[in-house]
Amino acid sequence: MEQALDIALTVNGVPVSRRVPARQHLVDFLREELGLTGSHVGCEHGVCGACTVRVDGEIVRGCLMLAVQAHGCRVDTIEGLSDSKELARLQKAFHERNALQCGFCTPGMLMAAQDLIRQGKRVSREAIREHISGNYCRCTGYQAIVDAIEEVMQTEVIPREVPHGQG
Amino acid sequence: MKAPSFAYARPRSVAEAFELVQRPGAKVLAGGQSLIPALNMRLSEPELLVDIAELPFKEISLEQGVLRIGALVTHSQIEKSAEIARHVPLLAEAVKHVAHPAIRNRGTIGGSIALADPAAEYPACMVALDASIVVAGKDGERLVRAQEFFKGLFEVDLAPGELVIAVELPAQLKDQRSVFLELARRHGDYAIIGLAAYKGKSTRFVFCGAGATPVLARRASQSADLQEAKKLLEQDLDPPADLYNSSATKLHLAKVLLERAWNRLSTSH
Repeated sequence: MEQALDIALTVNGVPVSRRVPARQHLVDFLREELGLTGSHVGCEHGVCGACTVRVDGEIVRGCLMLAVQAHGCRVDTIEGLSDSKELARLQKAFHERNALQCGFCTPGMLMAAQDLIRQGKRVSREAIREHISGNYCRCTGYQAIVDAIEEVMQTEVIPREVPHGQG
Repeated sequence: MKAPSFAYARPRSVAEAFELVQRPGAKVLAGGQSLIPALNMRLSEPELLVDIAELPFKEISLEQGVLRIGALVTHSQIEKSAEIARHVPLLAEAVKHVAHPAIRNRGTIGGSIALADPAAEYPACMVALDASIVVAGKDGERLVRAQEFFKGLFEVDLAPGELVIAVELPAQLKDQRSVFLELARRHGDYAIIGLAAYKGKSTRFVFCGAGATPVLARRASQSADLQEAKKLLEQDLDPPADLYNSSATKLHLAKVLLERAWNRLSTSH
């Protein structure tokens, strides 16, 4: 018989308790149990990055983490960061620069891009490419994505210090 | 591709963990960045996953010239650690080649060492630095020299019921040098071939992606001449072909890395 465990976590600021099968991935839990379908399921073995979510302030692969491992954690998804307007400038830049076509990779791409933006550094295009190297886009060829991220980075007000695990 | 079903336990204490991991069909879950893909692809079907996330192996400490890194220290923590950058620059250089940020946030050094993927960066670094692996079980701890720890393809000196709890690396001294280089098709991909090079009283060139385990190029490491060392590499290495690169290509690329490392080791900082 399949083992189920009780977990309690915070998702986009809302406390959530559920009983989940041990083998359920975090991204499947978010999509199927909570209806948060913004995080996408692509390759399911950690290569494509479409399932990128934030756990305790750090981006992770939603398909390489079990829901039970997120017990006691704070999870933020594309829905949460979109509603809080944290991603507003990136979303606008992606829109204006045509940094997406089909949109499948976009939630994960935004999560990875924002992870770089919030580090508060201005880095080279090469470093931007490196940071999103774990997120595949099969439409754009990346050029417009790098343009969009670079634009936001160059106009971002650089905070003196980004507290670790905040925001 | 969903993982097969398994039981899950999250021990609160080390003693409880030792008891659980010796059960038949048990597998240790650390960061899960190699294990969970293997489960998703049904390459592994354990009966019990023992999640060691709550165990206290998370410290980085320096004592008497030895840097000890707890098994649960993540790649991201290694990347950010000022102590590692200062005392084990080889590892600080190698971690940049380990996958992507989202994976580095979860994957651990202990997991990488215990799994011993032949293309992984850390095992080669451990052999190059003559590091020790700290293995513990219910009967106590033992130290295993890296070179003896990596025994074969995904095979390490770890008995049922034992865990890798830390690694111990000698802090680099002023007159010592190290270099890590890797070639991959895309940033963060598995290495086609990689090289962890160390130069102190002796020199060690250790390749990853060049065999079943990290491969110490013994003859090349003892040579004093670059051209001769490159020639000797042909005797030291017999890299297995992968899907994209023949053995000859890999050997050629190993020579390229050897030359780059040689030049960096012999120029001043």
